[in-house]
Amino acid sequence: MSGTTSARLEGRQLSVQTDDGRRLLDAVDFRLGAGELTGIIGANGAGKSTLLKCLAGLQAADGELLLDGQPMATLSAAQRAQRLAYLAQGHRVHWPLAVHDVVALGRLPHGDGRSAHDAAIVDRMLAATASSALAQRNVLTLSGGERARVMLARALASEPAILLADEPLAALDPAHQLSIMQLLTREAANGLAVAVVLHDLVLAARFCHRLVLLHQGKLIADGPPATVLNDALLAQAFGIRVVHLEHEQYRLPIPWQLSTPPCPAP
Amino acid sequence: MKHLSPRRSASLLFAAALLLSLLSLMTGYVDLSPWRLFSGTLAGEQIPQRILLDIRLPRTLLCLAVGAALGLAGAAMQGLLRNPLAEPGLLGISSGAALGAVLALYTGFADRFYLALPLAGGVGTAAAVGFVFALAGRHTASTTLILAGVAVSSLCGALISLVLNWSPNPSALSEIVFWMMGSLADRSSDDVVIALPFIVVGSALLLSCGRGLRALSLGEETAQSLGIDLRRLRRQVLLGSAAAVGAAVSVSGAIGFIGLVAPHLMRPLAGGDPGRLLPLAALAGAILLTLADLGVRLLHSGGPELKLGVLTALVGAPFFLYLIVRTRKEMLP
Repeated sequence: MSGTTSARLEGRQLSVQTDDGRRLLDAVDFRLGAGELTGIIGANGAGKSTLLKCLAGLQAADGELLLDGQPMATLSAAQRAQRLAYLAQGHRVHWPLAVHDVVALGRLPHGDGRSAHDAAIVDRMLAATASSALAQRNVLTLSGGERARVMLARALASEPAILLADEPLAALDPAHQLSIMQLLTREAANGLAVAVVLHDLVLAARFCHRLVLLHQGKLIADGPPATVLNDALLAQAFGIRVVHLEHEQYRLPIPWQLSTPPCPAP
Repeated sequence: MKHLSPRRSASLLFAAALLLSLLSLMTGYVDLSPWRLFSGTLAGEQIPQRILLDIRLPRTLLCLAVGAALGLAGAAMQGLLRNPLAEPGLLGISSGAALGAVLALYTGFADRFYLALPLAGGVGTAAAVGFVFALAGRHTASTTLILAGVAVSSLCGALISLVLNWSPNPSALSEIVFWMMGSLADRSSDDVVIALPFIVVGSALLLSCGRGLRALSLGEETAQSLGIDLRRLRRQVLLGSAAAVGAAVSVSGAIGFIGLVAPHLMRPLAGGDPGRLLPLAALAGAILLTLADLGVRLLHSGGPELKLGVLTALVGAPFFLYLIVRTRKEMLP
């Protein structure tokens, strides 16, 4: 499926350099097609979040960025926001807003988010993320798992064609991790192009159609989980050795030990 | 209280503001019954007319306008910086205006013509905001803006102290100190005419920031991803606050706590929404300042009038503490 259909979002030779010359992203090629759930993996500092921000148009980068074949730079901020949703890390909300109002913020690319049509979409997204019961709650009183679902509803509320999610599973318990991944899978099945930054290799292998592996700002592998999650690449990217667990059609890598000790053995 | 719709609560607040301004028009140091005052004015009698139109009306209008400017700018600033402790003075606007006015008083420029003082305040504001822009303009992070504002604020404060330090005689010194305490006594319709356009334009700029500030509730990246131009939003809040608060401080002197308390008080009514908060905070600011100025006049019993800025701080600070204790759980998760 990937690569053959026309890409909804495509980055060519994306590079980002800090003011002092450090390369955060080094000539990365990235394609994301409709209906695709793509995981972006790599060690801390490998450039995953930077890549996602570049793709979302939030960070300037050298190279080319195309949204449905059009250069991103030629689109207005509103046009971009209508087609592409970005789910930031941390799920932070600064004011004691009602959950319904938070999700309604996702309607801002289409107007002020207060019409009956907007309200109907907000209700639908709350239902889709099993958050309807929370609608009137103060968002600051939600648990981490509830907030993750609500923020996903917020991102989906703009009815985007593309969703870029930065570590949506961080700090969630296993049940909530599974529920978020299932929601993303379902949205992808409905045609949404999803790219998600992940740290959990097992969930990446289990749910993603495709993985891209970043290492020191470079893309070192891009393909189905079975080919990307091999011993050599994981040792190179993470410095770990994994144990593989075979289950049904999945081959799940369990991080087992460091392949290169961080400090010399005593 | 939380179940009032924003529209309902806004109309209630509006009614309260009207009622208070009526009270303010009826309150003063001349012993004249409200009936005599209004009927006399309508009949064209000189004394009631002078009292009502030349003394009390400008004072009341300025109370409403200055209070609204402070409340609105406070709400916009808190929304922009996503910090419930932000206030209009944080970005150097108030201290810039104060420095301009203090310099005018010091050099005697303030005595040249009637509106010299507010004009100098306006120039001071423009200089301070220009400086903050130059320091933080190209960066997008709020922290840079706050730091630049704090730096400019402290610099203006230091320069004001320097002027006080060099002040030639005690009477000039006391004039400056009294001005800085903030007051709306003895203002004329000229003050209204010079301040009101800036306050209106600034307020319009601020009121149009609602959408951007609402998006900013989710942080800067998310707001940008929702199509909000952060640089433009920041510019709009800063220019709007500069126009409104600069003009307000220039005619009234420094009046603290309204910009901090008004948004805080209204936040539950706005359901936490920083966009809905804007008009509510403006109304609350107008009400609070009119109330405080009424208090100043009612507490008066011979001798010098209690300064408005002193009263707002005296009442505002403990009240603010009370609010913080009460809503601590909500605001500081």
